[in-house]
Amino acid sequence: MSQPIKLSYFAWVRERIGRPDETLQPPADVRTVADLIAWLSARGEEYAYAFEKATVIRVAIDRKHVKQDSPIEGAREIAFFPPMTGG
Amino acid sequence: MECASSPARIAVRIQREDFDAAAQANALTRGRADVGAVVTFTGLCRDEGGKLAALELEHYPGMAEDEIARVAAEAESRWPILGGVAIHRYGKIAPGENIVLVVIASSHRAAAFEAAEFMMDYLKTRAPFWKKEHLKDGREGAWVEAKDVDDAAADRWRAT
Repeated sequence: MSQPIKLSYFAWVRERIGRPDETLQPPADVRTVADLIAWLSARGEEYAYAFEKATVIRVAIDRKHVKQDSPIEGAREIAFFPPMTGG
Repeated sequence: MECASSPARIAVRIQREDFDAAAQANALTRGRADVGAVVTFTGLCRDEGGKLAALELEHYPGMAEDEIARVAAEAESRWPILGGVAIHRYGKIAPGENIVLVVIASSHRAAAFEAAEFMMDYLKTRAPFWKKEHLKDGREGAWVEAKDVDDAAADRWRAT
């Protein structure tokens, strides 16, 4: 049974999608971060644009870096962002 | 009084306000005689040959603190660190202004130099901050792209 997840977007991912965050309930067959990116990309052109180069997108689940093959089960917050440029 | 077994010797702060690097370094050594080396690194905003009006630094509140604290904890596990502070600013920062500060105090210089460089290399590739350029001609510039050289700088600490 899937549950609602807060999705957060930063930098140009946020600009392309057009909002900083939202809460969505992906279907049960969306099991990994990569599945979630594919599901979001099919929701609309703003998502397809944000995720057009999906492999460069970095992801954090509950504020920890994860790889795109990570399962999303139990996640409360999933963040998508470009490679970091701080420092 | 600071407990000797205090788990976090490197303080982490994420703030909009500027910082005073010298005051931060002085605070680490005040009242103690065991520190033999203090390395202070300050990262500043460049004007990129005169074309940049400002950098806008976006961050992921909560995760930015957590991630720099994880980097600090790893530094503390690898080097004998007596004290330290890491400060990263966010918001609009003009050329010449401070962006980031890492100060490490240790008994000897090698640990202080290495730990400070490790902190900066890891922070650049792991802490969730993003820079957007604002140009002098009023245009909104591009998001700064991550550099492979920064990934390579972080990776070399893995091999040791």
